[in-house]
Amino acid sequence: MELRPSADQQQLIDTFAALYAKESPPERVRAAEPLGFDRRLWDLLVGLGSITMAVPEEDGGWGASLLDLALVAEQHGRALGPAPLIETQVAARLLARTGPAAADLLAQVLAGDRLVTLAPRPCRGPVAGLVPAGAVADDVIVLHGDTLTVVPIGEDRVVPGNLGSMPLADVPLREGPVIATGPAAEVAFESALDDWLALTAAALAAMALRSVEIGVDYASEREAFGQPIGGFQAVGHRLADCRVAADGAGLLARQAAWAAGEDPERFPVLAPMAYGFAAEAARDASYWALHFHGGYGFMLEYDIQLSYRRSRAWANVVMDPRRAYRRVADRRYGPVGAG
Amino acid sequence: MDFRLGPDSEEFRAEVRAFLDEHITPEMTERVYRTGVSHDEAFTRALAERGWLAPGWPVELGGQGRDPLEMQVLADELRVRDAPTYGIGTTLMVATVLRAVGTPAQQAEILPRALSGQIVIVLGFSEPEAGSDLASAATRAVPDGDGWVINGQKMFTTNAQIGDYVFLLARTNTEVPRHRGLTMFLVPMDQEGVEVQPVFTLSGERTNITFYNDVRVSDAWRIGEVDGGWQTLTVSLAAEHGSAFGSAIERLLAAAEDWAAGTLDDGGRPMLEDLSLRETLGRTMADLEVSRLLQRRVAWMAEAGLPLTTEGPMSKLFSSEALQDRAQDLAELMGPDALRSYLDPTAPGHGEVEHTLRHSLGTTIYAGTSEIHRNMIAQRGLGLPRTR
Repeated sequence: MELRPSADQQQLIDTFAALYAKESPPERVRAAEPLGFDRRLWDLLVGLGSITMAVPEEDGGWGASLLDLALVAEQHGRALGPAPLIETQVAARLLARTGPAAADLLAQVLAGDRLVTLAPRPCRGPVAGLVPAGAVADDVIVLHGDTLTVVPIGEDRVVPGNLGSMPLADVPLREGPVIATGPAAEVAFESALDDWLALTAAALAAMALRSVEIGVDYASEREAFGQPIGGFQAVGHRLADCRVAADGAGLLARQAAWAAGEDPERFPVLAPMAYGFAAEAARDASYWALHFHGGYGFMLEYDIQLSYRRSRAWANVVMDPRRAYRRVADRRYGPVGAG
Repeated sequence: MDFRLGPDSEEFRAEVRAFLDEHITPEMTERVYRTGVSHDEAFTRALAERGWLAPGWPVELGGQGRDPLEMQVLADELRVRDAPTYGIGTTLMVATVLRAVGTPAQQAEILPRALSGQIVIVLGFSEPEAGSDLASAATRAVPDGDGWVINGQKMFTTNAQIGDYVFLLARTNTEVPRHRGLTMFLVPMDQEGVEVQPVFTLSGERTNITFYNDVRVSDAWRIGEVDGGWQTLTVSLAAEHGSAFGSAIERLLAAAEDWAAGTLDDGGRPMLEDLSLRETLGRTMADLEVSRLLQRRVAWMAEAGLPLTTEGPMSKLFSSEALQDRAQDLAELMGPDALRSYLDPTAPGHGEVEHTLRHSLGTTIYAGTSEIHRNMIAQRGLGLPRTR
């Protein structure tokens, strides 16, 4: 067992931590609202190879492990990065997985010429609803029936305002290149979704820890009844619980991402498990940290509201935690009705 | 990073499982539960013969020099099988303290017998008026010639009826701040004036109140410095705070799965297809995984020589609270079937859910209540001011 990142991984963490510290401080996160897309941050992320690293070497990428990507996702979540990092990494990996059918498109993605995202839910009607990054992407990969199609996003997309200030869009479906059909399409989609869950788990776990830090800082400073409020058990004990959950979420998210490469049999169980746990940890930590700010927590001026809204939005747009736990059960016992 | 325990640990796990298959019989499990005594002499000696009472100790002291992760594998497997190890746990805890602060004579007298499973040492910390706040202990030890005379009362002296020694916290000085007036003693249980009164608990475990009336103890049985008992106690509590309940969650999960697989809902569909139940089972699996990770982090840090702050309390707090919460959730989902008693032949999953509803209540109380652990995490882990 070794829970410390390797020297290379530490360097990766440091590089992205420095980038986010400079290019995604709370002021920039606010400034990017309501759309939630900071062009400069995005260009820097692409320039640093964030998408390229996610793709295997034989497909023209750098072949980073999912664990490496999770370490980057942690920095992204911690900084509430206003750029579609995870969904575009997952989409690029999916394009690579589907082989020659998508090779040209993948090349354009890696060159930074096209922004391709993925719809996290299979599409049943004529519109892919609330597609993450749909407001800024050129194309979205959609599973419709048993067909994976790259749908070009047109001017007819609708960009709804939303809780998390995310660049979401309702995208009307139209003809586009088919990259996989039949069982292969479904398998590829489910694998991509597992990647997404594992990486988002890492981002949400880091967001949870950051929320605890914000709460602790405030509770250490703010005084009431003659002492810092963090000295009251009603405050300190809640923050302690949130810290334990954030630590657990962080360990589980890293384990899930590690398993993608090192324990592939368990990965499909661990990915939704890590996701459900991290989503709840981030939800609760941001709630309590906000609550302990008293009236100030309710003011837009304080940063904790940014975490409160994103912890819910980033999670629910992909899969709510309850559904994630049911997915864990599906993986362990088989889907309902299969017996 | 690597989340594997390593081939040595997994090989060890297989060895332990084979041993437990042989030595844990349904009769023993039944007897342990019916008597409420989590100690079995034959089982303890069998473990000792394998060198598994203190596998982390150096070979020359009767251990096997195993690393903390391997020790955790052993502890996990013992708990998954609900092996009768409570007496072993307290005995080894005191042995660990003696190894750290005991005199050579004390070590020579106690350690070989403790590590071979010949003696049971029990804990005399809590009192009627001192639980979480142990520093308020009122049991008195007064110097008398070359020894001490002890008077007082201890609560929850589990296994006192079969114990050879009690590791006793007593007040030796009333003139100094309360933490500085305490001293630890190892009192032979057959000493005149020691009295044991049984107490029966919700989990089925038998514990005791012990009374000490003019008990004479030689100074040779004082452990650590006079008035230095708090430091000595801290050594033992640190070991206790590393406890975790992942294995209990594993048993709970298995029992709920056993019930779900064999039960139909009102519409005749298998309960395992019920979406609420599946959600809770998924959540229980996540809690189990997190409990294991938090626990393994403690062992890994110890092995890597990293300084521990509140990782132990985090592991204990999370796993005990999760055990309670999931037992309650699963019992509600199971409905009346959850009521069937532990080990009742009609109970699904051996009645483990019913048992967990009762025994999990103790896990957030003993070895430091959840509130004490939250205090430690808030102050030492988060750097918040002293809580009150």
